[in-house]
Amino acid sequence: MTLLAVNDLSVEFVTPGGRLRAVDGVSFELAEGEVLGLVGESGSGKTVACRSMLRLLPSERARIAGGEVLFEGRDLLHESEAQLRRLRGSRLAMIFQNPSTHLDPLMTVGRQVAEPLIYHEGLSSRDARLRAIELLRQVGIPDPAHNIDAYPHQFSGGMRQRAMIAGAIACRPQLLSADEPTTALDVTVQAQILRLLLELRDDSGLAIILVSHDLGVIASTCDRVAVMYAGRIMEQATKAELLRHPRHPYTAGLIASRPGDGARGQELRSIEGQLPALSALPAGCRFHPRCPHAEAVCRTGDLRPLAIDPTHTTACIRWREATAAA
Amino acid sequence: MTAAVLALHQRLGSPPRLAYAGAGLSLFWLLVALTAPWLAPFDPIEQNLAATLLPPGGAHLLGTDNFGRDILARIIWGTRLDLQMGVFGVLFPLIIGTMIGAIAGYFGGIVDMLLMRLLDVTVSFPFLVLIIAIVATLGPGLASFYIALALVGWVSYARLVRSRFLVLKSADFVLAAHSLGFSHSRIVLHHILPNAIMPALVFSMSDAVIDVVLGASLSYLGLGIQPPTAEWGLMIAEGQNFIATAWWMTVFPGLAIVLLATGFSLLADGVAEHFGLRD
Repeated sequence: MTLLAVNDLSVEFVTPGGRLRAVDGVSFELAEGEVLGLVGESGSGKTVACRSMLRLLPSERARIAGGEVLFEGRDLLHESEAQLRRLRGSRLAMIFQNPSTHLDPLMTVGRQVAEPLIYHEGLSSRDARLRAIELLRQVGIPDPAHNIDAYPHQFSGGMRQRAMIAGAIACRPQLLSADEPTTALDVTVQAQILRLLLELRDDSGLAIILVSHDLGVIASTCDRVAVMYAGRIMEQATKAELLRHPRHPYTAGLIASRPGDGARGQELRSIEGQLPALSALPAGCRFHPRCPHAEAVCRTGDLRPLAIDPTHTTACIRWREATAAA
Repeated sequence: MTAAVLALHQRLGSPPRLAYAGAGLSLFWLLVALTAPWLAPFDPIEQNLAATLLPPGGAHLLGTDNFGRDILARIIWGTRLDLQMGVFGVLFPLIIGTMIGAIAGYFGGIVDMLLMRLLDVTVSFPFLVLIIAIVATLGPGLASFYIALALVGWVSYARLVRSRFLVLKSADFVLAAHSLGFSHSRIVLHHILPNAIMPALVFSMSDAVIDVVLGASLSYLGLGIQPPTAEWGLMIAEGQNFIATAWWMTVFPGLAIVLLATGFSLLADGVAEHFGLRD
C-alpha cells in the first residue's frame, strides 16, 4: 500500500540573481516497508528534496514552488504548522549525516531519546527513560542502562548515529528519511548502521528513504532507486533492474565510475565535466553537455521522465540508442 | 543546566588555578555576609562618642570612625549590602537581556529589527549618566538602583545572547529538534538556551564587579544607601573628610571593594578561559 506519494515537487531558492530551482518536478512513491534510495552527486538536490517533504527547508530563502507530498493521503505541504509538528518525530522521522553535530551537546543521550516520547506520547519522564533504555538496546548501544546518562561527546561516531536513530524511531514512525546516514562513519560501522536500518524495516514495516551519493550503499540496502541530477529525477527503477539495465546514460556513467570494476592499475573511470550550476542550467536534457550519446534532439525541449515499463522510468529520450551503443 | 555545566567541565579538564583563587575569595565574602551577626565584634550602627577616630589595633582591630563605630563591624555588615548589589544588580538585566536577545535572535526579521533599535537607543546614552539620571528621578535607594540597572544593563546580555542565537538557530541539532516536531518554545528553552547562555553567565560575573563598584559609587554620591547604614561606598564617602588624620576610615572599606571585585574578576576570567570563550 502506498504510504507516501511525492508528485511534481519543486523547491526554489530566492536569490538576488533570481530564483533557482534546486528541486524540479520530482515524483516518487513509497510503500510500507519499502526502502527507496535517492542517489546523486553533491548538489543534485536530493537533500533539499528530502527535507522539503517534511517542510524543513534548509534556508529562509528556500520555498516550495509546487507539487504535493501525500502521506497517507494527506498533503503535507498544505497541513498547518501545528499539524505538521504533530506528525514530525511521531509518524515521520529523519536522521542526518553528521551525528556529532545533530545531537544536542549539553543534553544526555537518554534525555534526547526520551524527549519525543515525553513530547508526543505524553509519557512520564520515568516511563520515557525506561523506553529509552529499551530503544538504546534495540539500536545496539552496549550497556544501555549505564550509557543512557552519557553525553554525546562520550560516544563514538557510530554510537552517536545509533543514538540519533533511537530518538528518531522512539515513537514508531512509519517513514524514516535518512540523509546520508553513513557518510560520516567509517566503512565497518557503515555496514552495521545499514543493517540496523534494514532490521528496523523488517521488524516494524518502517518505510525508509535513503539519501546517498554512494551507489555501494544504495546497492546493498534499497528496494528501489531514484537517480537525481541537477534537481530532477533522471531514472527510477527497482534496484536490480537499475544496476543491471540502466536506461539513462547518467546512471550508466555512475555505475561505470564505481571503483573495483576495472582491472588493477587501470585509471578509475569518471563522468566527464561537472554538475551544471543551478543559475546556468542547460536547455533540454540537463545531462546533455556531459552525455556521450547526446544529439541535437537532447538540446531542446523540456524533457520529462517517461515510463519504459510500470516500474521503470527514464528521462532520456534516446535511451534505446544509448543502451544499444553501450 | 548544572548537569550540562558539569558535562562540559568533564570534557575540558580542570580549570585554571586562578579561578580557584577567585572562587575562594568570592566564597569568603559570601560566608562573611552570611555570618555577619556572629562575626561582627560590635554593633555597626551604635555610636560611641567616647571612642571616636581610634587607630587600628586593640579592641577595634581596624579602628573606629568619627562616631566611634567599629570599622571592622561596619565592613562585615556592609558585605551583605555590597554582595547583594552585585548579585541582584546583575540578575534582572541578565533575565531581561536574555529574553530580549533570545527573541530577537530566534525570530529575526522585523522583531529583531525593532528590538535592536530599542537597544541602540538605550546604548546611545552614556551608561553612568543614564543610571544616575534614573536613580535621581526615582529617588535614592536600593530599589531605584536595581530598576535603573534593569532598564540600562540588559543591552549587553541581549547582544551576547542574540549573537549566539543567530548562530545556533541554524545549528544541526536544532534542525534535528525541528525534525522531531518540537515546538518553538521547547526548542528555544531546552535546546538553544542552554547552549547560548554561557557567554552571558561569564559576562555577568564581570558585570557584578561593575555593579558593586557602581552601587558603592552611588552611595558615595548620596544616591544609594543612606546613612547610618553600613555600606562600603558610603563609608568611603564619610571618611574622606578625615583622610589626613584617620586614613583607616577610607582605606579599609576601599580594600574590601578591591578584594570582592578581584574575587569576582578572577572567577569570571577562569570560567571564561575554561569554557574557551576567550580568543
